[in-house]
Amino acid sequence: MYGWIFRHLPGPLWLRIVTSVVLVAAALVLMVQFLFPWMSEYTQFTDSTIGAASQP
Amino acid sequence: MVLQEKARPAAPPTAGVVILRGAVQVAGELLITAGLVLLLFVAWQLWWTNVESDAKQSEVIKEFAQDLGAAPAPAPTAPPAEGGDFGEPVVGAAPGHAGTIGIMYIPRFGPNYTRPIVQGTSQDVLDTLGLGHYDSTAMPGAIGNFAVAGHRQTHGAVLDNIHTLVPGDKIYVQTKDGYYTYVFRNNQIVMPSRTDVLAPVPTLQGVAPTERFLTMTSCNPRFGAEERIIAYALMDSWRPGSAGPPAEIAAQVAAAIGKG
Repeated sequence: MYGWIFRHLPGPLWLRIVTSVVLVAAALVLMVQFLFPWMSEYTQFTDSTIGAASQP
Repeated sequence: MVLQEKARPAAPPTAGVVILRGAVQVAGELLITAGLVLLLFVAWQLWWTNVESDAKQSEVIKEFAQDLGAAPAPAPTAPPAEGGDFGEPVVGAAPGHAGTIGIMYIPRFGPNYTRPIVQGTSQDVLDTLGLGHYDSTAMPGAIGNFAVAGHRQTHGAVLDNIHTLVPGDKIYVQTKDGYYTYVFRNNQIVMPSRTDVLAPVPTLQGVAPTERFLTMTSCNPRFGAEERIIAYALMDSWRPGSAGPPAEIAAQVAAAIGKG
């Protein structure tokens, strides 16, 4: 899958490497900004309040 | 027979086999990706949230220091005399949700332990702003129970060392009105449903309070949340802001407020 994507990126090899680095960085930013905060709402490893049963 | 079979040239794979190989490869790569994402999530939760929260909390302390405004931080070299009697402590009005109540100093947690106390215990407060004040409980200095929650791990880990408190340790709360000195008494490990630890007299429902308590709640065990660790403290003394900070935290206060 990743090989297929890499082969289908436009441009010479160096440009394709640059593009893939940018794509990976964009995926990281999206994960930190949106995915991880959303995931942490469903993990209760860090709940420190009392009476949390009534408030999720 | 076996040798003959091996020697036979491989037949070109059929279309079905090609599709199957492709599907297995894509599935494998997706599974590896999912594993990496979960590892990254752990790194984010255990490390990056601390970086973000620490930055945000410094900002909150800075704003609080600016709001204190005109009153200049007293020189740490000449702390005012201890033991003066300043009468009944002033009890401030509770701010709105996510408003800053003050700063907590706990020398046991190190000379740099200055954390904001913010109104509310919802996730938006606890995850970024520091210690959250249970808004149904008393304000600092009031007769009753001033209760706060804080993360043991992640998001600043404001109460990571709560288990290291020793009876007699001072816990200082600075508000815009002054400094409230609480003395740590004991801790207790309870189930998360024990709301009675927040009662005006902790763990005694329906009893009228005559003393000023401070209760801190956090996760227990560390890196888990099956239980809660509770630290109880009792107010010892009060100083108005104009009298300057207690000698033990004078340098800390100057450093925290000096950031402003």
